[in-house]
Amino acid sequence: MLALQGAFIEHERMLERLGVETFEVRQLSDWLQPKEGLIIPGGESTTQLRLLNDLGLLLPIRQAILDGLPVFGTCAGLILLAKQEDGLPREGLCTMDIDVCRNAYGRQLGSFNARGKVNGVAEDFPMTYIRAPYIHRTLSPEVEILSEADGHIVAVRQGHQLATAFHPELTEDDRLHQYFCDFEGYTIKEG
Amino acid sequence: MKENRQELNRQLAQMLKGGVIMDVTTPEQARIAEEAGACAVMALERIPADIRAAGGVSRMSDPKMIRGIQEAVSIPVMAKCRIGHIAEAQILQAIEIDYIDESEVLSPADNIYHIDKTKFDVPFVCGAKNLGEALRRIAEGATMIRTKGEPGTGDVVQAVSHMRLMQSEIHRLVSMSEDELFEAAKQLQAPYELVKFVHENGKLPVVNFAAGGVATPADAALMMQLGAEGVFVGSGIFKSGNPQKRAAAIVQAVTNYQDAKLLAELSEDLGEAMVGINEQEIELLMAERGK
Repeated sequence: MLALQGAFIEHERMLERLGVETFEVRQLSDWLQPKEGLIIPGGESTTQLRLLNDLGLLLPIRQAILDGLPVFGTCAGLILLAKQEDGLPREGLCTMDIDVCRNAYGRQLGSFNARGKVNGVAEDFPMTYIRAPYIHRTLSPEVEILSEADGHIVAVRQGHQLATAFHPELTEDDRLHQYFCDFEGYTIKEG
Repeated sequence: MKENRQELNRQLAQMLKGGVIMDVTTPEQARIAEEAGACAVMALERIPADIRAAGGVSRMSDPKMIRGIQEAVSIPVMAKCRIGHIAEAQILQAIEIDYIDESEVLSPADNIYHIDKTKFDVPFVCGAKNLGEALRRIAEGATMIRTKGEPGTGDVVQAVSHMRLMQSEIHRLVSMSEDELFEAAKQLQAPYELVKFVHENGKLPVVNFAAGGVATPADAALMMQLGAEGVFVGSGIFKSGNPQKRAAAIVQAVTNYQDAKLLAELSEDLGEAMVGINEQEIELLMAERGK
């Protein structure tokens, strides 16, 4: 669990319910513990990125994801995983072939709740969008679109990487977390 | 629909947890704060230390100045309105502010009533110095609470005592038997439902930040250890010698508030801290505004 900033406790509670052990990563020494997956929570992506850089976590985490560590990013987590923003390369972990739009629904007055289908997970899933991003387009055929809302992509999977624009950790529905826990890591190639 | 908004507004506060919200007065400062890792900024014309120095009536900031800051950064932008000033809050909602701080730092507009925050779509954060105040503000619709502290002093003592008091009152409620809660609600002057929630969950139903007098990474770490879920830093940053460095250090201190070795490194070479005024030296106790 990346616990630099944001709503990580909500993810921990959900995993606890599923009987999965978690620990918080706040610095490099935490990161070195054995793990089977990583969740990057919602929060502010600029804050989390600055902390990843300052604490020397960015490159080790990026490498681990490239080496096949399963990862699940929600909202800010999705932004950190994305390779592009509005068609331009962006800083971050940059391991997913997606092009994101930040604060795509505007300010807090644009935040909303919805329900929608998530392919392979649920026909009807609660989706909470808080100053959320969406995905303009995918940049590789490897990226599988799991969910679309109003013509925008809001959930994707690329091999062992899962990302959503909404916050499943803020609901009572643990099916996406269950889906993620079933991931098995495997190695992908750079590029 | 209204309930849904309240829920979404509480959830935005959840996203701010573990973060630092910084007072800024210009787009430049807002960019420095964002670059340093602030999870939100508070746009205001004068920081609390200067409000204190200038005296007189202090009001909501110029919407144009707030818009300038909204355009400068991608993180959430908050702004303050006076306690009970419904019209200022409506104006801030009209410019799509992300969070309104109904704040004792400005001169109160109403000595009795706070704003009925349930009538608004934008979220509100309010100050509290004890559990009763916090629960009353939540009943009025606040979706985030912060300690009042004593703003603009660089003295953390009030924030500490407010946070300590709130935590001990929460612990007291948790340890009570259910039939004692009715009397507890009466004593706290707070709605029974909220008292019951605290009894059952051991925490406020909304996110609780520390504010007022935080000036160093150590201050921020102290507040986190006392149970704050994040920190507001007002005058402490842009009244200090090296705002960039101090801001980034406080951001890291909030994430790793239990690692004393790292805190030691973060506290090195930050330049001059804001001068600060002792609690006994000030004539105006802002924390006494709005109960």
